[in-house]
Amino acid sequence: MAVDSAKLIDIIKVIADKITENREYLTQLDSAIGDADHGINMSKGFRAVVEKISDMGEKDCGTILKTVGMTLVSTVGGASGPLYGTAFMRAGQAVAGKNELDFNDLVSLMEAALEGIKYRGKAERGEKTIVDALEPAVEALKLRREEGLETALRDAVEEAKKGMEYTKDIIARKGRASYLGERSLGHQDPGATSCYIMLEAMAARLLDGKKS
Amino acid sequence: MKKLINNPETVVEEMLEGMVRAFPQYVRKLEGYNVIVRADAPVKGKVALVSGGGSGHEPSHAGYVGRGMLDAGVAGAVFTSPTPDQIFEAIKAVDGGAGVLLIIKNYTGDVMNFEMAREMAQMEGIQVASVTVNDDVAVENSTYTVGRRGIAGTVFVHKIAGAKAQAGGMLEEVKAVAEKVIKNVRSMGMALTPCIVPAAGKPNFTLSEDEMEIGMGIHGEPGTMRTKLMKANEVVDHLMSKILADLPVESGDEVAVMVNGLGGTPLMELLILNRKASQILEDKGIKVYRTYVGEFMTSLEMAGASITLLKLDDELKSLLDAPADTPAFKQL
Repeated sequence: MAVDSAKLIDIIKVIADKITENREYLTQLDSAIGDADHGINMSKGFRAVVEKISDMGEKDCGTILKTVGMTLVSTVGGASGPLYGTAFMRAGQAVAGKNELDFNDLVSLMEAALEGIKYRGKAERGEKTIVDALEPAVEALKLRREEGLETALRDAVEEAKKGMEYTKDIIARKGRASYLGERSLGHQDPGATSCYIMLEAMAARLLDGKKS
Repeated sequence: MKKLINNPETVVEEMLEGMVRAFPQYVRKLEGYNVIVRADAPVKGKVALVSGGGSGHEPSHAGYVGRGMLDAGVAGAVFTSPTPDQIFEAIKAVDGGAGVLLIIKNYTGDVMNFEMAREMAQMEGIQVASVTVNDDVAVENSTYTVGRRGIAGTVFVHKIAGAKAQAGGMLEEVKAVAEKVIKNVRSMGMALTPCIVPAAGKPNFTLSEDEMEIGMGIHGEPGTMRTKLMKANEVVDHLMSKILADLPVESGDEVAVMVNGLGGTPLMELLILNRKASQILEDKGIKVYRTYVGEFMTSLEMAGASITLLKLDDELKSLLDAPADTPAFKQL
């Protein structure tokens, strides 16, 4: 795999489209256990991101990712803004100065994103958060690294999906949903869901043209 | 949805503009930001107080910007924490050289956004401290949650820390007295109806005619318990028993009481609630030093109320008594 700045911008636009497509769905998930704004705020943030990065094709990948992060931080608000914002900023730092990303870069930027989210949110797996989708995906990427991009990426998306679905079976311990205690059971976490949607969109664009 | 708005996307900006036009002698808005600061900011040599949070809780927080309370109120989107860049601008605008205290309500988003803003301000060499208010006893304060939420008790933190700063307190002293308030303040609320976030267009939960929600938050999030509608006295009994079980007060102690309307409850009902709350305290030999009844920390048009008790000592009493002059809180 080789992702240059133009393709990276393209991937981020696909992610933005998917988030916008799922605006109502994410908001609906959030209204069950949160404050009913996840889809609204995320799509607002990604609209601003697309505007910001569209003409950044000349910039390096790290700068683009950092810009995505800073834009999310200043437009999304709530908890998702600092969390996804920190994730993209850390991802950008991990590949600072690079004009082209390979598979190893993808693994490092995903690892950095995960660490950023865990640092900012002080969350661990099993607390019904983004981490429940992201961490298994990053682990799968690392585990399957030898088997090549396609296998590793498909596996990562699969693991993220399982992690997202698993959030239905656990009690929230972070975020507003934690106030509900056992009443949060049975509901899928909106953050884990948006994370899965983003990973799936990224993988789909990266694997474009390859048979599934 | 029936609301007196122009566009759900611009409610916050338009509200703040309306506020500045109403109270130019008190406040101004930072150009390009949803930040309200004292008209005379920065006040040189005074510790500055910055609070904020999602909009929809008016008059919190911008309404408390003025002499004796806050220096800046940062307004996020409805029920959404403001972003770090907005908070950072507020900090820079009000820092008078004596440092800045951030008063944060304990919500995951607020805590993270204020934390990022604090990191940004510290990188610029501004002295910043913060306190986190967590007065809502409806939420169990266990290691399995992010802790209690901050609700109406936050207004007492604004008032008392604001008085300390106005009196020339140092940053550490202002922070210490804010923490003393947080340690001694407890609240709990209930709702008769949900509320509608303008951008969402529909309520977050529904309650039938004969139901009420106990212990809900101030963002339309569901509560800890749903029950059949109770009479006012029973509601107060329930809220007060939860609050008193958690607040170490005994006969002879003095408290300040706040009966706070959530936006859609008439003063008549709030006064009926206060009557009972006051009777309960009287029966326990607890003296009510001051009472505040009205809308201090609302949740859009939600019908319902919260009760807050603040246990007082001499220091807190004198700071609570100090004058304050802001658009929404005036005390001679």
